[in-house]
Amino acid sequence: MATPLLQFTDRGIYCEQGRFYIDPWKPVDDAVITHAHADHAYFGHKNYLAHHLSREVMLYRLGDINLRTIEYGETVTKHGVKITLYPAGHVIGSAQIRVEYKGQVWVVSGDYKTEDDGISTPFEPVKCHHFISECTFGMPIYNWKPQADLFVDVNNWWANNVQNGVATVIVGYSLGKAQRILQNLDLSIGKVYTHGVIENTNEALRRNGIILNPTERITIDSKKEEVRKGIILAPPSAVGTPWMRKFQPYSFGYCSGWMALRGAKRRRAADRGFIMSDHADFPGLVSAIDATGCECVYLTHGYTASFSRYLSEIGFNAREVHTLYGGEEEDASITEGEEKDETAPSGDIKKELAV
Amino acid sequence: MKNFAQLFLALDETNKTNEKVKVIKDYFIKVPDTDKMNMLALFTGRRPKRPINSTLIRTWAVEASHIPAWLFEESYHVVGDLAETMSLLMPESTNTSSKTLTEWIAEINMQAARTEDERKEWLLASWAMLDRQERFVFNKILTGSFRVGVSQNLVIKALADVTGIEAPALTHRIMGSWMPDNYTFDQLVQEQSAADNISRPYPFFLAYPIQETSEKSKTADEIQAALGPAEEWQAEWKWDGIRAQMIKRDGQIFIWSRGEDLATEKFPELHPFLNALPDGTVLDGEILSFQSGLPLPFGILQTRIGRKTLSKKILTDSPVATIVYDCLEYNGEDIRQKTQSERRLILEKLQQQTEFPEVFRISALIDFSSWNELAVTREQSRAMIAEGIMLKRKNATYQVGRRRGDWWKWKIDPLSVDAVMIYAQKGHGRRADLYTDYTFAVWDGDKLVPFAKAYSGLTDQEINKVDYFIKRNTLEKFGPVRTVKPELVFEIGFEGINKSNRHKSGIALRFPRILRWRQDKPKEEADTIESLRALLGENE
Repeated sequence: MATPLLQFTDRGIYCEQGRFYIDPWKPVDDAVITHAHADHAYFGHKNYLAHHLSREVMLYRLGDINLRTIEYGETVTKHGVKITLYPAGHVIGSAQIRVEYKGQVWVVSGDYKTEDDGISTPFEPVKCHHFISECTFGMPIYNWKPQADLFVDVNNWWANNVQNGVATVIVGYSLGKAQRILQNLDLSIGKVYTHGVIENTNEALRRNGIILNPTERITIDSKKEEVRKGIILAPPSAVGTPWMRKFQPYSFGYCSGWMALRGAKRRRAADRGFIMSDHADFPGLVSAIDATGCECVYLTHGYTASFSRYLSEIGFNAREVHTLYGGEEEDASITEGEEKDETAPSGDIKKELAV
Repeated sequence: MKNFAQLFLALDETNKTNEKVKVIKDYFIKVPDTDKMNMLALFTGRRPKRPINSTLIRTWAVEASHIPAWLFEESYHVVGDLAETMSLLMPESTNTSSKTLTEWIAEINMQAARTEDERKEWLLASWAMLDRQERFVFNKILTGSFRVGVSQNLVIKALADVTGIEAPALTHRIMGSWMPDNYTFDQLVQEQSAADNISRPYPFFLAYPIQETSEKSKTADEIQAALGPAEEWQAEWKWDGIRAQMIKRDGQIFIWSRGEDLATEKFPELHPFLNALPDGTVLDGEILSFQSGLPLPFGILQTRIGRKTLSKKILTDSPVATIVYDCLEYNGEDIRQKTQSERRLILEKLQQQTEFPEVFRISALIDFSSWNELAVTREQSRAMIAEGIMLKRKNATYQVGRRRGDWWKWKIDPLSVDAVMIYAQKGHGRRADLYTDYTFAVWDGDKLVPFAKAYSGLTDQEINKVDYFIKRNTLEKFGPVRTVKPELVFEIGFEGINKSNRHKSGIALRFPRILRWRQDKPKEEADTIESLRALLGENE
């Protein structure tokens, strides 16, 4: 049998014919990147290809890299292999990568969600023969509420905190969830204050032409009484740090798909757990896979074992493959889209805050 | 039920004690008295009898969820809570219901008399009219795994605020064997005397550990600094048995275990001495197996706990007696406010009068004049079949619950071995979906023999690291259990060790737990089965 168009190697997903890798985790010459999260966009490749809207964030995170960006639907050909990007709906600039050679079509989903979050270009199913899919939340216990309902809860909680005179800290990772939260807050309640890491990402996105709601970076000059009337947008790494404790008394809300389970919620010790994910829920995964009409689906990360068994039982040809995506396989203890650049804030961030 | 589900959700949504109390208060204010009593019953472990066995509930839940049974089981392993799994997997409700908690509990109790078909019809219809949160608490009640992350103290605090009755009095009034159908809220808030409910025990006074963990052992000097002069204290052995409160009122006797289980029938050996006590007597002590005047290790007593009927053989092999250390009621009068020394005198008098001194024993006071001297005596604990020493301030009253200050336990350091982790399983509750339950092995030649399971002792951070290791070093999966590459070494502590023919290793440990992760030790340096057997020898 001929070599498959895409192969799973110890560097990442490899296209031998096109001589490029998709989301490789070890240094390669030619890398096509689905999105800018740290477990997909690694440092050290010679050439990067990604979507336009990933440009500034990737440059901010990876520094001076050799990056070419293209539009959704635009095709680049490498050694006869056609590469086209389609929206994945995961975060701003996230793409599914369609690869075609001699009539064989493969699609690599990267991370995706099927619900329109109002800020990322919505997910589009792409017909293919082989679909390489994530399944972070590939268990039937995960069923997301519509986003509109979710933000009613978030905004009520915020308004309530303002009324009770306590600060509001909402936590979500800095690329994706932070902007999704920002764009859906009811700004008639108050102002939005941001942690430095999130504001850096916001600035990168604004440079990329994304229009975001106004935010104010928390600095050494920020007044605690003013901040308390607004909402503080912080990354997971800020939880439990002195930076965060300075806003006491506060109510602390954590936004993650893992909040669907009481155990995970209690472990986070958040005051409020908002079930908000940038990944597809179980029905979303099944419908997305079904819509590709694929002959074979490969599951890269998440509950791969049980999800592939389930898919096989309902008539799909499904396989598990081993990759380093998702940070941790089936691991609820680590944040989605693990962000390695967001280690606990060091001294300089502490200095940013007014005491 | 909506209010109750809301209460549960609100309690989940805050980590702050004051807010939890407030949420409970709001609930008490909002709901009818019958619901208050049902809530109190559930929050203090008095749940209705399970009308439907959990296998059937599961089967019907799988049906209602429209997923394969294996996927239901997998989901359960991820969620770590059956009630929650069922509530997450079922489709959204089609109806609503305005029944109160009391009405739902009455319906649950009614199922006992129904046929299986009727139960199924009722259960499916019930699920269909409850929203996800209501369904979750309903399933919790139904499956009998009703544990909330709220201590009884918080509930009492809220109840005290609402009723204006002091917390210790309320703690006392909700003890004993009542159920919401025989104890009303009015009765609860009325002035009461011991005679109102002759079986009711007093809340236990519990000692605080003087050294938080075995690694932080305290010297005599530190004890001196913390507790003051030795002469203000009395010391006794800390007996390793079952803590019990023994009551004689109105010609009737009651034996309560600390878990508030009425255990009168489990200890027939104690009946003659209790029956001979004057009416209006309540004693606090420890029940142990005894033979020829000497206490036997806890393992022997363990063989009769949990048995429905006590055979002649058990009564011969593991006869019990009690070592009493306190008297809470005398001549029908609550004497908990008298000092430790005064109560002790009363207890001594009672014990001197008994015709059953072999069974009604008294916890001897340890003679000591300095903390140094006591520290030396403490070294003999294991030989005394004791867990260490109890310290009680001579002028202490008998208080409610675990309190710092007047009663301290000074336990001996646990026995320990270094062992290799070989199997792992996911935990429950806040540890759901993380590998937290481990099986440990020691070397037997070049083979590793499992000898203990433990699931506590690591920090959250360590758990995350170990979990990370397990997920990447799984050799085999057997259902929820993973065989892990033998590599990580842990120091396992335990209180006692006994022979066992139920275990492959031939030994059984008491209270095994992880003392620390020995990241400095390669697996080759873990202990051997011989070293465990040597401890066994010492212990006998």
